[in-house]
Amino acid sequence: MTRMQNFLKGLVKENPTLVLVLGTCPTLAISTSVTAAFGMGLAATAVLICSNMAISALRHTIPDRVRIPCYIVLVAGFVTVVELLMEAYAYSLYESLGVYLALIVVNCIILGRAEMYANKHGVADSAIDGLGMGLGFTLAICSMATIREILGGGSWCGIPIPWFHENPIGILTMAPGGFFVFGCLIALVNKISKGKAIKKKEFGCMGCMLCSKGVCGKEETAQ
Amino acid sequence: MKTVIFVILTAAITNNYVLVKFLGICPFLGVSKKLDQATGMSIAVIFVEVMAAAVTWPIYHKLLDGGVNFTYMETTVFILVIAALVQLVEIILKRFLPALHKALGVYLPLITTNCGVLGVTMNNISDGFNFRDSVLTALGCGLGFFLAMVIFSGVRSRVEEARPPKAFEGLPITLVSASIVSLSFFGFAGVLTRIFG
Repeated sequence: MTRMQNFLKGLVKENPTLVLVLGTCPTLAISTSVTAAFGMGLAATAVLICSNMAISALRHTIPDRVRIPCYIVLVAGFVTVVELLMEAYAYSLYESLGVYLALIVVNCIILGRAEMYANKHGVADSAIDGLGMGLGFTLAICSMATIREILGGGSWCGIPIPWFHENPIGILTMAPGGFFVFGCLIALVNKISKGKAIKKKEFGCMGCMLCSKGVCGKEETAQ
Repeated sequence: MKTVIFVILTAAITNNYVLVKFLGICPFLGVSKKLDQATGMSIAVIFVEVMAAAVTWPIYHKLLDGGVNFTYMETTVFILVIAALVQLVEIILKRFLPALHKALGVYLPLITTNCGVLGVTMNNISDGFNFRDSVLTALGCGLGFFLAMVIFSGVRSRVEEARPPKAFEGLPITLVSASIVSLSFFGFAGVLTRIFG
């Protein structure tokens, strides 16, 4: 696989949010405004690149048995760095992301990539993988925020859009709208890929090592 | 007493962590297929959330915020404490309550990376709750998770038999039904403040 393919797979073919269905919590919660969604995407991308590189560099040092706690500590360190930077230089964004910024630590995408990719590949490849996956997440969360903000709030990045501004569908910016729009987006991905994208890994979270214990009932659906 | 009930019900219903605040969606979508699994997972979550809230509150207020300011270590310390706590609970259960361990054991390791647990402890700190309210909120959140899981596993068993359009089969229709369940929780928004307010 060339580096370009490695980068592009995260954007489209293995999009972490819409195809692998990982990291659903921030996708649903932050997608009410495009600006916040973009900030969330970039923050997660930064953490993902750093953690992928660090884990890949330490892959021969970290003992296999305690690797998951080690990954979590590494990720938590990078999240704290991003959190402090954002608090210092982008305070309004920091406020609007709230607790979800810290919750990047337990985001399945990051641990999933560490487990699936970074602990088997070199530093450069892992960084590219992290960049691709992070931008794929940003793309997905921003497209969802675009739908929700335009239809639900009548604006885009805070700029009012004529007609939609006078006729907002308020429910879309609330919790039920989040589930609904996300369901429709995944159905759209299903339709475009003719069911190929999701059929095999219906709940995606299979890749996440925590669910591979067979408890989730997810792989059952996938078979 | 009135405030105790109010705090628990607010956390469980009006601020339901899964359906209103979107925390812990992965187990909500993954484990809600069968009622017994949903119950096991929820009980484990209630258990760990209450313990985590009771442990992290003193750590934050006495250690991180007492004297020297280490509050920026909040994320790292909390996730480590939760991971250690889950391990500890598992060991203790295995040793002393093998029956309970058998029922909950498989769910416990999954809970370390459940954003609901980390979310509840961090929200308790940022909302400035005292110790009692923190533990009660955690209990309420756990109960809310339980409620959402049980309701949703019921809904899902009906949805499984339905025949949605091809593209909506599987996850998409599950998310759309979650949206309708979530809608029902909005009905409670004003009720609690009217009763207790």
